[in-house]
Amino acid sequence: MRAHWGDTLQPRLVEHVELTLIAVSLGFLFAFGLALLSHRIRVIEQPIALAAALIYTIPSVAAFLVLLPVYGVSTTTIVIPLTGYSLVILYPNIVAGLRAAPQDVLEAARGMGLTSGQVLTRVELPLALPAIIGGLRIAVVSTVSIATIAALIGGKGLGGPIFLALQEPTPFRTEIYSAGGLVVALALACDLVLVGAKRSLIRWTR
Amino acid sequence: MSGAGEIVFDRVSKTYPGRQGHALEELSLDIPGGTFCVLVGPSGGGKTTALKMVNRLISFDSGDIRIDGRSVRELPAVELRRGIGYVIQQTGLFPHMTVGDNVATVPRLLGWEKARVQARVAELLDLVGLEQGDAKRYPAQLSGGQGQRVGLARALAADPPVLLMDEPFGALDPITRHRLQLELRRLHREVAKTVIFVTHDIDEAITMGDRIAILREGGRLAQYDTPDAILANPADAFVEQFIGEDRALRRLALRHVGDVQLSHVQGTVPGTWPEVAVTTTVRNALSLMVGSGSDGVLVVGDDGAAKGVLELKQVEELLR
Repeated sequence: MRAHWGDTLQPRLVEHVELTLIAVSLGFLFAFGLALLSHRIRVIEQPIALAAALIYTIPSVAAFLVLLPVYGVSTTTIVIPLTGYSLVILYPNIVAGLRAAPQDVLEAARGMGLTSGQVLTRVELPLALPAIIGGLRIAVVSTVSIATIAALIGGKGLGGPIFLALQEPTPFRTEIYSAGGLVVALALACDLVLVGAKRSLIRWTR
Repeated sequence: MSGAGEIVFDRVSKTYPGRQGHALEELSLDIPGGTFCVLVGPSGGGKTTALKMVNRLISFDSGDIRIDGRSVRELPAVELRRGIGYVIQQTGLFPHMTVGDNVATVPRLLGWEKARVQARVAELLDLVGLEQGDAKRYPAQLSGGQGQRVGLARALAADPPVLLMDEPFGALDPITRHRLQLELRRLHREVAKTVIFVTHDIDEAITMGDRIAILREGGRLAQYDTPDAILANPADAFVEQFIGEDRALRRLALRHVGDVQLSHVQGTVPGTWPEVAVTTTVRNALSLMVGSGSDGVLVVGDDGAAKGVLELKQVEELLR
């Protein structure tokens, strides 16, 4: 494994982290905006949730191949489906989080003279944090995993060495195990970072 | 907002669409500044509705509510609410903020300087009987009684002339509840604010109120008067039934033997007469008389010296 670290595994790992970061960040921005919108306009929540679920049902390989003629062998081709998939997790979690503020807390907030914007930023969003971070944890882990398949397009990410190994007449298992192990390790590491963030941001529970 | 905090309900009515009858029907109340006014009645009487109209959490269809002569509709709702303290049963404390930050909410909204906010928080924790160290705790770490103290401190933070309290002690155990009732009465004497206090418990209403407004189903005012006057002269059969058949005893509970014109000790007081302190209620003195089969009690001052006697026949006269 050490022999392949510098020339294969490390660059692939960095690519994998990049793909995940871009996809989850974009997914979060979209989900957050849509959640804020549906927090104000309740009727659009179900249609958006349904749309997110529909996107999720598209097989990733099919999505990559459909986008390939449009965006070519590029990060864009990979990131669009990954972003879309993250919505199905992020959007409902943020919506549920915004709804987590107890009724009496909201009433007290209004009764003390907070404007609706202040209720959102000072009460609803902080109280939504546990659900938002919970959603991010699942979204990151699942994106790390699905990003492996992105190697079909230009061999980017940790899926690259795995697909290469599979094409050998007698597949050499080391690549599969080392790259696969790194995917798992990366997912765990990301999760740990988010758990840490949760611990330091949310001190009021218990 | 400044002033004494006189609150006037002027023929305030409200109906909810799709619901039979009024939520509130032509409610008129005159609450002088500094009064502790209790709204009491069965559910469906509109007492919480009336309370929330003062800070415009609920709108009214007709009539008006004025604080110190100014309609509550004149100011923007947000500005109006920052000048009115608001305490609710479930506390409504912000779970993600410390006790100190909770209490500091309105002063910060009003843009107070940091040092002033801090000093005020410290002062309020003291006032409601919390320790300074509690400022760093989170609401989840508090008992029910402590939570309600924080709720009260938060409501008083910007020193509003008016305080609205919606069944603040409804979820507390009887002992904590009684202690907080007494402390709130003491506090009210110190801070002189106009309080509107909602409860469904007539005992609490009698203990707490300078004045009691009894509301009945359909949001109609049944009677508005001092506890003593309501107990002495209930306006109708509904009020009579609501305050209970022991209303004579409840009236006696409102008075201490020390406040009553006592007879002088003439000759020797029968040795079987129980001794009571001046702070004993007339009701409890009566209970002792009846319990010991004597025709009176000997009232003793703090120094142990006899102040006089309270006789059974005097108690009867008190109720006339």
